Amino acid sequence: MDNIGVVGAISILASGLTIGIGSIGPALGEGRALAQALSSIAQQPDEANTITRTLFVGLAMVESTAIYCFVVSMILIFANPFWNYVVSKAGG
Amino acid sequence: MHITPDSIILFQLGPVSLNATILFTWCIMALMTVVSWLVTRKLSSTTRLSRWQNFIEVLVISIRDEIREIGGQDPGRYLPLVGTLFLFIALSNLLSIIPGYKAPTGSLSTTAGLAVCVFVAVPLYGIAQNGLSYFKQYTKPSILMLPFNIIGEVSRTIALAMRLFGNIMSGTIIAAILLSIAPLIFPIIMQALGLLIGLIQAYIFAILAMVYIAAGSRVRQNKVDQY
Repeated sequence: MDNIGVVGAISILASGLTIGIGSIGPALGEGRALAQALSSIAQQPDEANTITRTLFVGLAMVESTAIYCFVVSMILIFANPFWNYVVSKAGG
Repeated sequence: MHITPDSIILFQLGPVSLNATILFTWCIMALMTVVSWLVTRKLSSTTRLSRWQNFIEVLVISIRDEIREIGGQDPGRYLPLVGTLFLFIALSNLLSIIPGYKAPTGSLSTTAGLAVCVFVAVPLYGIAQNGLSYFKQYTKPSILMLPFNIIGEVSRTIALAMRLFGNIMSGTIIAAILLSIAPLIFPIIMQALGLLIGLIQAYIFAILAMVYIAAGSRVRQNKVDQY
């Protein structure tokens, strides 16, 4: 396979694997956090507002890792510098 | 397809170019300034308020309450920075519902700029509060932790920028992809989710900025010492 083929194939494979594997951890973590939040709301219904607020902030922090993986995946598909380089070499 | 509005160049004058990010940022700034000026021209302190004044009062009071919960007794010091962060990011995310509009927070330049504002504000508030002994806290619990504390500060700034950029950019990309695959119902659902996420991310950005500032000025500790 020539350079363009290799770069293209590996970029696609890497971007798929990145988002696939990268979203497992945060999803599990968010599920655990949500379960804890639900049980603490059940224990203390008066504090539901504070608990919900803290839950959302915590979920956003945990989600960050999944977002990093998504950004890398998008970059590999849409703004891939290696692909642009081999394409420019092949064209020019 | 453009993943960030930075690549949409509207105007080129030699080396200087006007891209969509700058244009929409200035539009939002103009919108916020004009609306605030129009509303605050005739403020009334009786119980007969105009609707807009009521709305803005609700906004300001809620932001002040949130800041007071995190930072301490005097929310007025932090309100300009944290309130502006929240309102700018929220408005720029909510206006995505207008066709043709590209959220400037979907560009890494904007979010990095906002994160750098927070990065600079934390020492500023800390020094204003505690003087130059602010820098002692980098050596807690021991001087060996100095590089790790600094790395921690830098990495949480980067995380702030990436979190906001990733969330907003992914919202626009998912809507664009779905428009080309299943254009009837799903893009609407994803657009609604994008609006909700935009609001939540604005709230989180502002709250995290406040938490970092409060941690840097050790305001919490002063509050605890009161009791």
